[in-house]
Amino acid sequence: MSEMAATRDGYGQALLELADNPKVVVLEADLGKSTKSLHFKKKYPARTFSCGIGEQNMLLTGAGLAASGYIPFASTFAIFTERAFEQMRNGVARPNLAVHLCGSHGGTHTGTDGSSAQSIEDLAIYRTLPNVVVMHPSDYVSTLELTKQLPELNKPSYMRTARNKTPVMYRGRESEIVIGKGITLRQGTDVAIIACGVLVSESMKAAEELAAKGINATVVDMHTLKPLDSDLINSLVSQCGAIVTAEDHNVIGGLGGAVAEHLVKNTFAPLEMVGVEDRFGESGQSDEMLEVMKINSKYIEQAAHRAIARKS
Amino acid sequence: MALSISELEEFARKCRVEIVKMVYRAQAGHPGGSLSEIDLISALYATRMRVRPDQPKWEDRDRFILSKGHASPGMYAVLAEMGFITHEDLHSYRVLGGKCQGHVDMKWCPGVDFSAGSLGMGLSFGLGCAMAARLDNSERRAFVMLGDGEIQEGSVWEAAMAAAHHEVGNLKVILDRNRIQNDDFCEAQMRMFDIPAKWRAFGWEVKEIDGHNMEEVMSGLDFLEATNDKPSILIAHTIKGAGVSFMEDNPAFHGAAPNDEQFAQAMAELGEVVA
Ligand SMILES: Cc1ncc(C[n+]2csc(CCOP(=O)(O)OP(=O)(O)O)c2C)c(N)n1
Ligand SMILES: [Mg+2]
Repeated sequence: MSEMAATRDGYGQALLELADNPKVVVLEADLGKSTKSLHFKKKYPARTFSCGIGEQNMLLTGAGLAASGYIPFASTFAIFTERAFEQMRNGVARPNLAVHLCGSHGGTHTGTDGSSAQSIEDLAIYRTLPNVVVMHPSDYVSTLELTKQLPELNKPSYMRTARNKTPVMYRGRESEIVIGKGITLRQGTDVAIIACGVLVSESMKAAEELAAKGINATVVDMHTLKPLDSDLINSLVSQCGAIVTAEDHNVIGGLGGAVAEHLVKNTFAPLEMVGVEDRFGESGQSDEMLEVMKINSKYIEQAAHRAIARKS
Repeated sequence: MALSISELEEFARKCRVEIVKMVYRAQAGHPGGSLSEIDLISALYATRMRVRPDQPKWEDRDRFILSKGHASPGMYAVLAEMGFITHEDLHSYRVLGGKCQGHVDMKWCPGVDFSAGSLGMGLSFGLGCAMAARLDNSERRAFVMLGDGEIQEGSVWEAAMAAAHHEVGNLKVILDRNRIQNDDFCEAQMRMFDIPAKWRAFGWEVKEIDGHNMEEVMSGLDFLEATNDKPSILIAHTIKGAGVSFMEDNPAFHGAAPNDEQFAQAMAELGEVVA
């Protein structure tokens, strides 16, 4: 079987690799063991600040550090970053302070903790904030690479990572990973599947199923939702003429929403969105949740057939 | 219910066994905070709560809000012992479609009054329940269980201030002071200094007890029931993981399940014979 690793571990490793920069500081809210900032904390305790169970304070402490020349990386579960949404809006995004917020355990794939822990709206809400870069990488290597690029941004960011392991896809392909640039994993001309996070590997499975039926799909890992790689989407429209989006997130406001906003403004292609159909989750194993939410490879494949059927 | 001290201790022991079994079966969940709270919730339900297990939505019931909703196995064990759910239902802990969701959820489980899982929310919710009771001229009370790590959340103190301001005497809190949170001991994560003094300064009536001594637990609950002119808090000094030696005072068992060998040892220590 292919190598598996959790994107949250890529984040933890990136913090260690960024530590040579003495301006990099880490903020935690009693979930460092889970978001994986704990490794940085062990090695650099003086540059790690425990904020207790206090997400709102964490965000604004980060803003103060950023305004004073530091590069703060703050993390908690995706869902609990939302406790500090207005702090992120007014205290971080509005003054354009480069606080880098990471929300781990995003999506229903997080599993048996249940609906209170399964953020299905984080990508949507952060996408609505001016200045904020929004990302949801799919594998360990891309999470590592994208996180390492954050200090050069000089803007705030939100990155969702996942709790559970996903296939590692980008070993040896590190140079292809750039904030704001989608990655084409597979080329086809019948339909383009644009996915993020956990659903990238599900989309690859769906593409294989489609290929067995003589349908050739392009698969794109759109790890950056904002700024959206609109050039790539335009070329997918002319190349395939039908689009499917796939995300472990509400169909409202996330990757599907971002692609739809681009399509209606610029060009036309039928779009089918695979995502959580505006409902809350429940306790279940991660594979069970993808089935309950109707977002695994089977549903992506069905959406591809629907999108192709709608081509004029 | 009039239970003797030794009967209450037996009630809590049975709940401890169920807590460990639930977490073991699911191979996930939160045993530490369930074991530290269990003597308190057992005594509260068995001797104080005005509830009707066969009528879980009875309007004039007392409310219990497990604000530290991750410690759900403790609550489910008590709800089963009280007859709100069956012991068979405990097998649905963290299982798809189950009544016993990972964190207590009022939409899924009879007897659960608040959907928790995000820390720092339950005290405000309890305040609302208590204010509604007052508007309704009802005798019902709202009991809220808070974690000690949880009170680092700022919103807890917004609620504390508001409860004292509005003199909400039917709001009664139990603080599970087990000295450990998720990553580590509270002392390492965020020192809280003089916790009783903080609550007093916010206008609350405060009492401290040993949360594993059933006689002290009962006198603590007497104190909560007798204080009705202002909000009151019982600060229960507890041991995270109490009753299972290798979990006791061990941050690693905040959110981890025992393996086969540890499970057998836990059952033996809790006086349970497993077939
Ligand atoms: C708002 C929020 N932030 C973070 C968490 C993650 N979390 C779950 S349990 C826990 C520690 C809780 O410690 P404490 O309140 O002391 O509970 P106990 O020791 O009784 O288990 C944390 C940080 C959460 N559930 N909610
Ligand atoms: Mg605690």
